[in-house]
Amino acid sequence: MAKTLFDKVWDSHVVRQVKDGPDVFFIDRHFIHEVTSPVAFLGLESRGNSVVYPERTFATADHNTPTINQHLPVEDPLSANQLKALEENAAKHGISHWGLGDLNNGIVHVVGPENGITLPGATIVCGDSHTSTHGAFGAIAFGIGTSEVEMVLSTQCIMQPKPKKMRINVNGKLGLGVTPKDVALYIISKQTTSGATGFFVEYAGDVFEDMTMEGRMTVCNLSIEMGARGGMIAPDAKTFEYIKGRSQTPKGADWDKAMEYWKTLSTDEGAEFDVEFNYNATDIEPMITYGTNPGMGIGVTQDIPNAENVEGGVETYKKSLGYMNFNEGDSMIGKEIDFVFLGSCTNGRIEDFRAFCSIVKGRKKADNVTAWLVPGSHKVVDQIKAEGLDKIIDEAGFVLREPGCSACLAMNDDKIPAGKLSVSTSNRNFEGRQGPGSRTLLASPLVAAASAVNGVVTDPRTLLTA
Amino acid sequence: MAYDKFDVLTSTAYPLPTENVDTDQIIPARFLKATERKDFDINFFRDWRYNSDGTPKADFPLNKEIYAGSKILVGGRNFGSGSSREHAAWSVYDFGLRCVISSAFADIFKNNCLNVGVLPVQVSAEFADTLFAAIMADPKAEIKVDLPNQTVTLVATGESESFDINSYKKDNMLNGFDDIDYLKNIENEISAFAETRPF
Repeated sequence: MAKTLFDKVWDSHVVRQVKDGPDVFFIDRHFIHEVTSPVAFLGLESRGNSVVYPERTFATADHNTPTINQHLPVEDPLSANQLKALEENAAKHGISHWGLGDLNNGIVHVVGPENGITLPGATIVCGDSHTSTHGAFGAIAFGIGTSEVEMVLSTQCIMQPKPKKMRINVNGKLGLGVTPKDVALYIISKQTTSGATGFFVEYAGDVFEDMTMEGRMTVCNLSIEMGARGGMIAPDAKTFEYIKGRSQTPKGADWDKAMEYWKTLSTDEGAEFDVEFNYNATDIEPMITYGTNPGMGIGVTQDIPNAENVEGGVETYKKSLGYMNFNEGDSMIGKEIDFVFLGSCTNGRIEDFRAFCSIVKGRKKADNVTAWLVPGSHKVVDQIKAEGLDKIIDEAGFVLREPGCSACLAMNDDKIPAGKLSVSTSNRNFEGRQGPGSRTLLASPLVAAASAVNGVVTDPRTLLTA
Repeated sequence: MAYDKFDVLTSTAYPLPTENVDTDQIIPARFLKATERKDFDINFFRDWRYNSDGTPKADFPLNKEIYAGSKILVGGRNFGSGSSREHAAWSVYDFGLRCVISSAFADIFKNNCLNVGVLPVQVSAEFADTLFAAIMADPKAEIKVDLPNQTVTLVATGESESFDINSYKKDNMLNGFDDIDYLKNIENEISAFAETRPF
């Protein structure tokens, strides 16, 4: 029977099916971080269980880490305590741990692929909803809760009903200034923030085939923002090229054997999806959000829609615009901004910094803008320096910070103050996401750079030459 | 983490008709710094319950005395979207709620609720509207959630709808079991499977 990519990977990880219940689902790779794992270890220990496969779990500190002075002790005692708990739990149970200052440290969804832990055909979970990122490699990857983190630690399995299948095809060529982030925000604006709930998505078509691995990661990362459990893209020559030779990828005969399997990982002709959508690349322009969920996005040159033209309740919509202090019909272009955040597991990789620099090179940051540039990992930092991007950043009046999740969720000190408007390359524009009372506009690194230079929301195409 | 068994629950309910309530509202990220599970009720809906000076917002449903002590929350469509933080489900439980009713839930939140002993009950949009209208008309309106029979009923009028839950999860909720009990029981089967994994 013809199978989808998702079926192939899912079905090969089912230990058993519970009658009228979930599947017992085997997890190949498990990432943990300081925020969602401590209670799982407490549970594990209170039941007298041990970590069954410590070599399948990888710990890195990212959510709650400072992005300046990482060489100094962490000031906030609660944050320091979480970091200490992660380190101690990892040491006690024989789990590899990349803490602050470690050369491999960074955002979990950046360092996983960088180190070759993320592989095609694998199942990958983490107590973080943006685990969907790893689907870019043809893995089934999704976020789990802390109870499930404990399940994985103590049994290497979770209990999951198999999601339904959705395919999203985007064909054609993307225009100037249109990035993977825009493709994702466009799809989410069509699907709404809940349109893909209950589904696992496969992305297919020219646009994703043409995309770099980092672009694919950005797209898969945002799958959760339309409610999907995850998203994936069939592995191809680019995927294999990316992973080959990384520290944890199979080597020698193991590599050859793995390649044989990986080459079978695509959707068979005639395989069926529960639902399928088609979009055209040429309909997509640089995107920006205007509301308080990622589905509230429009082309940057468009006006904020009227309540009667959007799906969902009018009251919720008006509450959202009220929070943003925007009006129906407002133009986004020209809105004065206060902050720019470049970073996160969505857009904190080297290509994002290259894109940002392509605009700010030879220009200056606007005086009214505070900008936080936070690379996704130390390896990204090293690459920025190797390519001389740090000089461009410096000359344009920006400062590079140290890696971490930072202002994406504002657990550390990187909080946007109440009422301030931020153009952010991260993934969520929820109320207060970047700090209590903060207002977030999600956009690509190009839109962020153009807006940082002009001090107002700007269409990056006005600063780019073809 | 053990939780109390769930059987039949009859209670008044907090109404929260706002759609797309995300887990950053249920518990903002800055309150996720604990290393143990306790007292997550304190910051449940922190920024919707309190002004920035710490005083309660009188008009927010969770602060209204008339609903105090309710064990059910009726939420708007797409309740619990966003982050996978189980702290959101813990805060629901710690606040004293055992059931959330909505016309649609985000997947991870729903899963987390089931794992911590909060029953997510998905009803039709029409029935959700019926419940909201009933609570608006009478804040003391009672809702009966019957897990063995998988029904949710507006007590005053008898209007009722059935809801889905797979029999495995239902059995867990009825008995206060969790998935780890099940998984540890089939440990040998899992380790045999692990042997077959190429990486």
